[in-house]
Amino acid sequence: MRRILSFRDFDWALLGLLLLLCTLSVLEVHSATLHTRFSSFGTRQIFWIAAGIAAMFVFSRIDYHRVLDWAPWAYGFGLLALAAVLSPLGHKALGGRRWIKLGPMLVQPSEFVKLVLILAVARYFANLGGRSVTWKEIFKAFALVGIPMLMVLKQPDLGTTLTYMPILIAGLFLGGINLRQSLILLTVGAVLVGGIWSSGRFLKSYQKARLTAFVNPENDPRGSGYQVLQSEIAVGSGGIWGKGLENGSQTQGYFLPIPYTDFIFAAFSEEHGFVGAISVLLLYFLILMRLIQNAQTAADLSGSLIIMGIVAVLTFQIAVNVGMVIGLMPVTGIPLPLMSYGGSSVLFTFLALGVAMNVRMRRFVN
Amino acid sequence: MVSGSINRGEKLSTVKLTVVQYGVLLMMLALAAGLWRLQVLNVESYRALAEQNRIRKEPILAPRGKLFDRENRLVVDNYPSVTCFLVREQSKSVDADLPLIAKGLDLDLDQLRATLHRYRTEPGYQPIPIKEDVTADEQAFIAAHRNELPELETIDEERRLYPRDSFAAQLIGYVGEVSEEDLNNPRFAYYEPGDVVGKAGVEETYDELLRGQDGSREVVVDSRGREVGYFGIQHAVPGQDLKLTIDNDLQRAAELAMGDRNGAIVAMDPRNGEILALVSRPSFDPNEFAVKIGRSDWNKLVTDPDRPLMDKAIQAQLAPGSTFKILMSVAGLQEGIAQNMHIVCNGGWGPYGYYHHCDEKHGAVDIYNAIPYSCDTFFYMLGDKLGIDRIAKYATAFGYGQKTGIDLPGEQAGLMPSPDWLIKNFHHRWYPDETLDVAIGQGAVEATPMQLARIIGGIASGGHMVRPHVVFPDQLPKDFYKSLLDSFPGSGDAYVPIDPANWDIITNGMAEVTQPGMFHTAGSAHLEGIDFAGKTGTAQQMSHEALEKSGKGKGTYPNVWFVGITPRRNPELVVAVLWQNGEFSYYPARLAARVVEAYVDKKRREAHNLPPAKAAAPVEVGAVWSAPGPQTGANKTTAQRIEGGRFFVDSHGIVAENGPSAKPAPKHEAKRAASPAAASRGTSSQVAAMSPMRRKDP
Repeated sequence: MRRILSFRDFDWALLGLLLLLCTLSVLEVHSATLHTRFSSFGTRQIFWIAAGIAAMFVFSRIDYHRVLDWAPWAYGFGLLALAAVLSPLGHKALGGRRWIKLGPMLVQPSEFVKLVLILAVARYFANLGGRSVTWKEIFKAFALVGIPMLMVLKQPDLGTTLTYMPILIAGLFLGGINLRQSLILLTVGAVLVGGIWSSGRFLKSYQKARLTAFVNPENDPRGSGYQVLQSEIAVGSGGIWGKGLENGSQTQGYFLPIPYTDFIFAAFSEEHGFVGAISVLLLYFLILMRLIQNAQTAADLSGSLIIMGIVAVLTFQIAVNVGMVIGLMPVTGIPLPLMSYGGSSVLFTFLALGVAMNVRMRRFVN
Repeated sequence: MVSGSINRGEKLSTVKLTVVQYGVLLMMLALAAGLWRLQVLNVESYRALAEQNRIRKEPILAPRGKLFDRENRLVVDNYPSVTCFLVREQSKSVDADLPLIAKGLDLDLDQLRATLHRYRTEPGYQPIPIKEDVTADEQAFIAAHRNELPELETIDEERRLYPRDSFAAQLIGYVGEVSEEDLNNPRFAYYEPGDVVGKAGVEETYDELLRGQDGSREVVVDSRGREVGYFGIQHAVPGQDLKLTIDNDLQRAAELAMGDRNGAIVAMDPRNGEILALVSRPSFDPNEFAVKIGRSDWNKLVTDPDRPLMDKAIQAQLAPGSTFKILMSVAGLQEGIAQNMHIVCNGGWGPYGYYHHCDEKHGAVDIYNAIPYSCDTFFYMLGDKLGIDRIAKYATAFGYGQKTGIDLPGEQAGLMPSPDWLIKNFHHRWYPDETLDVAIGQGAVEATPMQLARIIGGIASGGHMVRPHVVFPDQLPKDFYKSLLDSFPGSGDAYVPIDPANWDIITNGMAEVTQPGMFHTAGSAHLEGIDFAGKTGTAQQMSHEALEKSGKGKGTYPNVWFVGITPRRNPELVVAVLWQNGEFSYYPARLAARVVEAYVDKKRREAHNLPPAKAAAPVEVGAVWSAPGPQTGANKTTAQRIEGGRFFVDSHGIVAENGPSAKPAPKHEAKRAASPAAASRGTSSQVAAMSPMRRKDP
């Protein structure tokens, strides 16, 4: 039945694409922090990427069915970690309580809960067997994702909260929801969003301001609009070929807010122009297509669902982050996967891809 | 090893996956279109924006509130000042530019380099202050070198201008940059590094009102650093002006009276607690703090043994000496004991084995002359009859050992000992003999000048005591005033009833103190035509025996007190004077008399609508006298012993003299004598006034 997994089955093409992207990330993080006190971040990003790739190799050796068996435990542990963040144990910074201090490191549990949710949702819908789902099962899926969502919203971290949504949507869409059910859900969702927005109880006013500023940044050039405006100027002034690495006036002149994390794509687009920006988008497109292909060839439904959950999260993050940078989406504080500086984000992405690798490596196993 | 719970065999529908693929493609195309719009279609307009997009936030500093005296005369003002900053990120050749900058701004090149070195770890956009109070010439230099030295920036601000000669320095306080320590203090929660905050006196207590709110301006500069306009402006809210209770005229009189003596004067209206004058010596110049104070100047101030930064009016806790006898008289009379005491003073009393001295052998003494005589023997016996518990009860009721609650930072509570206090702190029982020391304001009793002004002013007002304050409360926001009262707790306003008959006895006794007469302790401070009453106090710093050994240097002179009031009942003014190492208690009484005289004089002139007194110019007086010495000098005839000289006399006595000489004084000598006289209408003239006629020794 089983045979030894071979690294010949490892997705070397995908790894190549990832490494290409990571190289661009390190270069841009270095450039964007050049004259600041964060100038060591480029080097640190290399360490995070190396750690992430190592973790990816380790996870690619673990049978994803076993990982799915862990999912309920991981889910419970994730809820505990999120509760710990909200408790006095949590570390407060930048207006939110999002981290736990573990020794010298700050860990952001909401990043890892993302992976846990992908696994939990995949397991849940795989168990349903791909048949059409009942309303009760839909509600259960909502509760599964909704509880951690509310806890993260409480931190408050609107960006990460929203990232959990595509996991649920992908699960429902691929897991067997029918057209009528989706129409009803969409209607209810629209009414709920409208209600939450106007009630003012769930969203803080600065969150609302951030969400609407992108429409007319000129109206609020000092507050949230400032970031959008500066970002648009950075991207636009980059032109076709860009101003060259370490040469973006917006990036180097401190006009661009946090150019090494959330706005790294703006920094990259300024210094490498339209050509560079499209190249990055193409890289992402190839990576996503490759992952979808792997989902298609997976040995069973659970494997496909895991990969599609990852695809959903990555797609959502790319769309929202790049959309934000070019003024099509609100400012939500969602990092660009594998480009933005940040240990938790890099590690999460590689861990998730490690599980996806295992799905691919086992495609002929069963 | 596969989990049984996982359903297998099913596959995702290819159609759905294809839908997802097209969805991703669509999203990518939308993003690419967005990039196309920005980077290809609108590249020119965004380039233009980036070119002139150099929005820098420049703070507009709020001018601090001014301080006025009770008659709306300006006490503390602001003056406009320009500070020059260096912003490293604005130039690529900062190091090469330094010699030119140092030359243009008149700075020491090495010092400038050292300043930059201190900031080397800060980000490049952090402005580094390199010169304060930039002159007009230097500003012109900066403006003329905009292109060559784009790293230079200037900022306008208002700086504090304090009165000269450290006028009311301790009361006003000073401002300085908020310290790291302060930033960790919850009271300074709203302050940011670099903010200027009040550090002492009124500047500290009322900082929240005085500081106002800084504004900011978003300046648009082009890529070469030239200002091309501004984006948004948030105006600064100036700090609130405050009206102080002090009267500049009386403050001036008190400052002149105090001269350069070591001590403090408090003048207060005991009807409402308004502080009319507050002097503490030695003093400091708060203007030195307005510009950053140099390290050596600061060290000098903090290491001076006479502690110039200390506000002695509220922080000097010293034995009140005989001024405490007023409280003793209240206690003795209210308890019905003192009225019936008729004793004979033989120079002291020692019922418990240790003999307690009195200054004189006063003979027959009762409560009516015990106060003007300040007879220790009487009060030893009264203290013994009252006992420490009753003394402590009255003293505490009137406010000894508690802060007064004045709105100035750092007030000290003084100390009123009691048997409980002794057991708690020294673990031994109270001996009755110790009561005798307390009865004359020695032993462990400690009080501040502010406390004595409140207590004795209150007793003379029939027991109505008030919370002293230096800022009129009606100009303060309600919630600020409330939190102010909470942050400065103290004995505050209080009423301790005193029987009218007893009140008469005490106030009449205090009035006798300043009347000339045998044994009267401050007869030489008598003011003709003014109802000036008071009580002296002398607090020895060491025992008579130790004094003998140490050789009686000036540092061993006793601290002397005087608390004066006018008029004697329901006074309008109470003046407490502390003179450290002042030797004789009628000295501070004379200082208090000067303040009282200035006050009454001003009131009378106002009542009669007369113009304020001008300081009289010194008058030159010529005189001839015969030198002292044996009348039968061997070879000195009367004519030879005749001496002559010229004096300059102002209203307080001789301010200068030229030496007696057989020859007529040459012209240049007269000139030399005249100039200090003109210059010393202020402090130095008072020194002469204190000593009896100064005459040159033959």
